[in-house]
Amino acid sequence: MARIDLDLAHSYLPDPQQDADYALLPLQMCFEDGGAYALLGPSGCGKTTMLNIMSGLLAPSRGSVKFDGEDVTQRSPQQRNIAQVFQFPVIYDTMTVADNLAFPLRNRKMPEAQIKKRVGEIAEMLELSGQLNRRAADLAADAKQKISLGRGLVRPDVSAVLFDEPLTVIDPHLKWQLRRKLKQIHHELKLTLIYVTHDQVEALTFADQVMVMTRGRAVQVGSADALFERPQHTFVGHFIGSPGMNFLPARAVGGTLEVAGRTLALPPNLALLGLPEGDLKLGIRPEYVALSAAGDPAALPVVVMQALDIGTHILLTGQSASSNLTIKARLSPELAAPQRGDTVWLRVLEAHTCFYKNEELIP
Amino acid sequence: MSAIKPINQKAWWLVLPVVICVAFSAVLPLMTVVNYSLQDIISPERRVFVGTEWFAAVMRDEDLHAALWRQLTFSLAVLTVEIPLGIMLALSMPARGWKASAVLVIVALSLLIPWNVVGTIWQIFGRTDIGLLGAMLEKMGFDYSYTGNATQAWLTVLTMDVWHWTPLVALLCYAGLRSIPDAYYQAARIDGASKFAVFRYIQLPKMRGVLMIAVLLRFMDSFMIYTEPFVLTGGGPGNATTFLSEFLTQKAVGQFDVGPAAAFSLIYFLIILLLCFILYNWMQRVGTADKEGAGHE
Repeated sequence: MARIDLDLAHSYLPDPQQDADYALLPLQMCFEDGGAYALLGPSGCGKTTMLNIMSGLLAPSRGSVKFDGEDVTQRSPQQRNIAQVFQFPVIYDTMTVADNLAFPLRNRKMPEAQIKKRVGEIAEMLELSGQLNRRAADLAADAKQKISLGRGLVRPDVSAVLFDEPLTVIDPHLKWQLRRKLKQIHHELKLTLIYVTHDQVEALTFADQVMVMTRGRAVQVGSADALFERPQHTFVGHFIGSPGMNFLPARAVGGTLEVAGRTLALPPNLALLGLPEGDLKLGIRPEYVALSAAGDPAALPVVVMQALDIGTHILLTGQSASSNLTIKARLSPELAAPQRGDTVWLRVLEAHTCFYKNEELIP
Repeated sequence: MSAIKPINQKAWWLVLPVVICVAFSAVLPLMTVVNYSLQDIISPERRVFVGTEWFAAVMRDEDLHAALWRQLTFSLAVLTVEIPLGIMLALSMPARGWKASAVLVIVALSLLIPWNVVGTIWQIFGRTDIGLLGAMLEKMGFDYSYTGNATQAWLTVLTMDVWHWTPLVALLCYAGLRSIPDAYYQAARIDGASKFAVFRYIQLPKMRGVLMIAVLLRFMDSFMIYTEPFVLTGGGPGNATTFLSEFLTQKAVGQFDVGPAAAFSLIYFLIILLLCFILYNWMQRVGTADKEGAGHE
């Protein structure tokens, strides 16, 4: 187990000129010993690159990787003593399930009695005990992936276990179960776990700290709560939440705010922020948008485009009459659902409203 | 009864084209051979039905036994040299980039040469007066002669076959190796597998399919080898390189013993069929043996 410090950049090109040439832009990051982390971002954002750099499969083109303060940038995965589980199951076809699980231990010359015990424990944990003597190649995809997971977890002394979207091939119902299992394993073994995914639910339920990445950049590291309440970057607002945050172009003039052709009065707590004058973006989660009385100085009039009753809430999509802005809101199902074509007033200024300049949060 | 679909006898017509093709390409020629093997044709007008007499005679033929053993030894030698060599070659070939293309073309070169030309190339190559190989061996003090020394002739034919056909094994293995996803190698590195373990547990199992094809192809081809030794040594010196096809041709065309030759070619056909069947089943078993072993634990 180890604390992992990254201070690096990586490009797959020999001579990167601009930001777009980098798979990973310069970043500094610290993964604390025993933490459960998730790297979250869309495909191609650099999360797998980062994982491969940590495990040593890939050498960063610049900078260093440190385990417990010791520079390991040039060391192989084996020397780093790291475990990694890949997106698609990797099993050794000719071996039995038990031999597959024992393989990383045998390669490290662990005594056979200890291997047997350890394999038994891991198989028990992953519910593979009944299949230990079967040939791994004959099993279904999800069982194979469980073997891959098992091989990642079987070494008790690893620096960290890295998961690269390990549940992609698993059934939804089993996914939930395995994720809980991983969480439980983390609790029991206090391993450093780093989990790459593009699924926000997976990331937010698994990890204590989530790192959101886009285009080779880590835009925010924080708890689920922080990512939801105070997105540091408009991308985080978009990406986290379903639907994502509403972003409305706005203009701060004196103590007032112009949004969609309407001048809104800033409530005192927001006025105290001292917003910079000029163009901004107003961000508010659909969960915090509320219906309001006509003429409310913190609300905007919108025409209802769609009101979907999703059971737990009503998802309302409205379009501002004066501009083409759409606003989404999650309304309580107890309210009478507005009809398509109605004009309603939606309150967008309140305690949870965030403001962004150049896509970054104004603190 | 009405629930049963009426049998459409007209559907037989749809099979007819295949029946005709197979009849002309396989069944009729084979039947001609069967026809010859059961008769003694003294002249076009005088034929005597002899039953299985030719078969019995052929089975007792000492020369044939010798040729069969020579053939089996040769095919076995071909497999034991070419398969491991092909695997080693494939493992050492570059995986990508212009080097990979260049190596592929160079390796494939010998496969493009017609059989009789291969024989001629080696005939000249092995000559002690003007051939590179022969002259060099002579200079090094070896008394080399593929026309005079039986062992040397046999070894020259084997070397020629290895030179000609190992690239096929290598290309097949190379294709098998390239189809292994990177994740397997990455996982092996994470698991701390040695180079040998990577070969034993990833590369070899993943090459099983192509290796099976390579073994079968090389076995069948070497078992039927004819043109190259015919051009190089003409089956000599003595009978040292008279393999089964050569033996058969001598009988059928050289001595015009059509009856025994036909009987023997049928036996030859059955031997190849039987050996391929055994090889195929054995190789299928190799891959699944672990499973059965595990089941008995």
